[in-house]
Amino acid sequence: MATEALHQSPPETWTPLFGRLTWDWIPYHEPILVGTFAAVALGGLAVLILMTYFRLWGPFWRDWVTTIDHKKIGIMYMALGFIMFVRGFADAIMMRAQQAMAAGGAEGYLPPHHFDQVFTAHGVIMIFFVAMAFITGIMNYVMPLQIGARDVAFPFLNNFSFWMTVAGAILVNLSLFVGEFARVGWLAFPPLSGASFSTGPGMDYYLWSLQIAGIGTTLSGINMVATILKMRAPGMRLFDMPIFAWTTLCTNFLIVAAFPVLTATLTMLTLDRYIGTHFFTNDMGGNAMMYVNLIWIWGHPEVYILILPIFGVFSEIVATFSGKPIFGYKTMVWATACIMVLSFVVWLHHFFTMGSGANVNAFFGITTMIIAVPTGVKVFNWIFTMYKGSVRLETPMLWTIGFIVTFTIGGMTGVLLAVPPVDFQLHNTLFLIAHFHNVIIGGVVFGVYAAVSYWWPKAFGFKLDDTWMRRSFWLWFVGFYFAFMPLYALGLMGVTRRMNAYMDTAWQIYFIVAVFGAVLILGGIACGFIGGFVSVKNRKALACGPDPWNARTLDWATQSPVAPYNFPEDVQVTGRDMFWKMKQDGFKWSGHYHDIHMPKSTSSGFVLAVMATIFGFAMIWYIWWLAIVSFLGCVAYGIAHTFNYDRDFYIPAKDVEATEAKDALA
Amino acid sequence: MKTLLQTVLLAVAAATLSGCKYDVLLPAGWVGAQQRDLLVISTLLMLVVIVPVIFMAVYFPLKYSADREDKSDYEPEFSHSNKLEAIVWGGPIVIIVILGWLTWEYTHKLDPYRPLDVAAEPVEVEAVSLDWKWLFIYPEYGVASVNELAVPEGRPINLRLTSSTVMNTFSVPALGGMIYSMTGMETKLHLIADETGTFAGRSAHYSGPGFSWMTFDTLSMEQGDFDAWVGKVRAEGGDLSRQSYLELEKPTIDEPVHYYASVADGLFDRIRGMCVEDGKACIDQMMMIDEQGGGGLDGIALEPLFEYDHQRAIDGFGNLISSDDLSARNMSDVDDAYLLAMLVSDPDALCRTTPEQN
Repeated sequence: MATEALHQSPPETWTPLFGRLTWDWIPYHEPILVGTFAAVALGGLAVLILMTYFRLWGPFWRDWVTTIDHKKIGIMYMALGFIMFVRGFADAIMMRAQQAMAAGGAEGYLPPHHFDQVFTAHGVIMIFFVAMAFITGIMNYVMPLQIGARDVAFPFLNNFSFWMTVAGAILVNLSLFVGEFARVGWLAFPPLSGASFSTGPGMDYYLWSLQIAGIGTTLSGINMVATILKMRAPGMRLFDMPIFAWTTLCTNFLIVAAFPVLTATLTMLTLDRYIGTHFFTNDMGGNAMMYVNLIWIWGHPEVYILILPIFGVFSEIVATFSGKPIFGYKTMVWATACIMVLSFVVWLHHFFTMGSGANVNAFFGITTMIIAVPTGVKVFNWIFTMYKGSVRLETPMLWTIGFIVTFTIGGMTGVLLAVPPVDFQLHNTLFLIAHFHNVIIGGVVFGVYAAVSYWWPKAFGFKLDDTWMRRSFWLWFVGFYFAFMPLYALGLMGVTRRMNAYMDTAWQIYFIVAVFGAVLILGGIACGFIGGFVSVKNRKALACGPDPWNARTLDWATQSPVAPYNFPEDVQVTGRDMFWKMKQDGFKWSGHYHDIHMPKSTSSGFVLAVMATIFGFAMIWYIWWLAIVSFLGCVAYGIAHTFNYDRDFYIPAKDVEATEAKDALA
Repeated sequence: MKTLLQTVLLAVAAATLSGCKYDVLLPAGWVGAQQRDLLVISTLLMLVVIVPVIFMAVYFPLKYSADREDKSDYEPEFSHSNKLEAIVWGGPIVIIVILGWLTWEYTHKLDPYRPLDVAAEPVEVEAVSLDWKWLFIYPEYGVASVNELAVPEGRPINLRLTSSTVMNTFSVPALGGMIYSMTGMETKLHLIADETGTFAGRSAHYSGPGFSWMTFDTLSMEQGDFDAWVGKVRAEGGDLSRQSYLELEKPTIDEPVHYYASVADGLFDRIRGMCVEDGKACIDQMMMIDEQGGGGLDGIALEPLFEYDHQRAIDGFGNLISSDDLSARNMSDVDDAYLLAMLVSDPDALCRTTPEQN
């Protein structure tokens, strides 16, 4: 490749009206992006036409956009997660294809300028807008039901949090067609991400989308902690809560403690880029090492934020399908709490190679290994829940067993990477990539599929098509091993991550096998979506009652789909696995219902998020007038919303009675 | 289908056994070998737990299937056993205690900053990651090479590393672990090659558009060949002055190997201090000024002395952005005496280098 690059970025210009946005920033010369844009535009147009034709705009606005029902918000988070998952996976398969092609001097089809955006976007999207959206969605849907609550503590805040997350996601996707995305890796280490080495709007898309989505995440964390601490059904002690509610509590403590660190760190980087401060620059004594420390002080708890609720999901599933209470409930809770605390004292293991002394490295290596103990205890507890049980191998259970096997292997390679001298060799190699996909796919993704197939009947009143969901599982499971075992092998050859091309042709066969794995995973994703459509089509045949799995926790005491008010009356909780007890005691609702006090829908969250999106876009493109207007608009609208006193309504007792009677007939 | 499967398996087996170099598993130096040993020991140790876990995870759901004929062993309320819980906590704790002890020992033994216990005379190398190439300076020989690292077999290699603009990682897996190179900072790494051969080396930390081509060959050779290599470098190379370094530092992608027969005195220290260019304060001087309480209001005028990044700004394709307003910020005509006057004590005693003015 010649020193004189074939391409140049558009020149830096600025006009008062459009800031630095010019036609040069529209990538109409990139066929891949034009094709993507055409597909998105056509798809979007089709949705618009169909929604208009079937007159769905009104219901969509009333029942979904403005809803403050935690169940609908949960479902919308899942929808956001799956949409972004398609985008993130497209990035993944593009990278795999590039690396399978670009061996021994071949350039492949993605130049570095594009490839580097793709791997950055893949990481950012998969963590912030897929994994986070999924776990927030599951927590939103399930947790209030499990603790016998009507809704979350702050229902409007919940709607606002969701739309702020969407605002961030929209900004990330906008970067595809207007400008560019960052080329820095998903954690954007300076000085590379600073003003001088990441010129152009890409890095600013990164900062503003994460900042705006981060507001949503932090608020949602506060909301859920408050919900669990204050809104439990009468009689429910903390130690009566299902494990999933416990892991939700711990995860949201982590969110509340860790996300402000991310916000502060990104704010400092934003100040460096926008007003010329020197927190992380080479200039004037700035220190990039500080950024690496700070971002991982958020980043390591973040991985437990993702995995803890999933541990909870598997705990519920394994107990239900083994026909037994979870083995070692208290141990499970304490293990979760241990992980929560320990996750804050291990961050340095992400950069042993920075050259800290042996004492520091050894300390962080050993604390990391200590986390393996409570995690190992959890794995044993799931296994001993099955022991002497009556195990039904329904799809959620298949995902669970697939998870235990895969996650255990990922845990082992993780402990290897926690040994500093071993990490010196494997750091930043594909071994590391294989490791964290091993735990994130084997843990979070399998967990999300398990959760969806487990709680789907609760949300919609019918089961998912078994055949397609089993196909999805097996393709995912086998595909995972084909896609990532070659990366472990490549890591042991010392192959580095994020390479656009390489000379050693002996590596190529491994990358080709990995592509094959990615194609199998694509099949798994496709089968999942097909399964969803087939199930909706056959919903009459797949219809099931409120408790199709013979479950144990309060969420299953509701109707399927759950009525807007969740429970027609308060449940008096007397112990763990309350619904199991209720079933044994032959529990029936009293039938004498009262009016139910409910929060009212509001469009404020949506409007605020739209203005936040505009603000982000204006800041990215230096359109200062628009930034000022939209920011003031946000503040003014936020204040105006506090004067909205029309916030609640009552569901009359006879409506409740009618709804409950319908279920009795079913 | 079966033949297809066989072909795939054969291809995989052939690839596994043939040309591939499992550098991490079959290293060519003592450091790498130690790290490999630790990798293997740790893996075996963990397999003591992992294998039974995976076995039970698959066996239990089959053995305790709801469809089994004899369900007399179904215990629907069994959820606690002190004995089992002692095992589930105790087992992992024992493994982690052993592994923790190994980690403590090996982390100190293989601390990259620790010189190796080898009788042979070490060779000093100063490595600089530039956009996007590696510069290796041999201070004892006064020579330097770009994108080629030659080392004498059996002699420890004492590396000092720094970087010109952004963070990189120096990595030669066949010799042993890696370490970051960072701007304005110095890191150290000690390696040794126990075999002759050519080993792949590269930056292992993403650093921008040219990152993929930021590779170099590590030539491990016998002492005689190494001396000959130094001779060749002296014969073929140009002069690495501060001026020619600033030229070399400009971003390039896939830079070919080339040599320098002479190297300006103290060049590495200036690179680390970000003061190769005239009119820039070295980082040690900046720290000294800070130590003395900072420049105060008078110091504002000196700002360009401490600015470095802006002149090296690149666009998304790795092109240097040349901008006229940048040169206006150049302070090469600032009177250095003014800067030095701010240092209360003798600056030379504290700073190895000071920017000279012509």
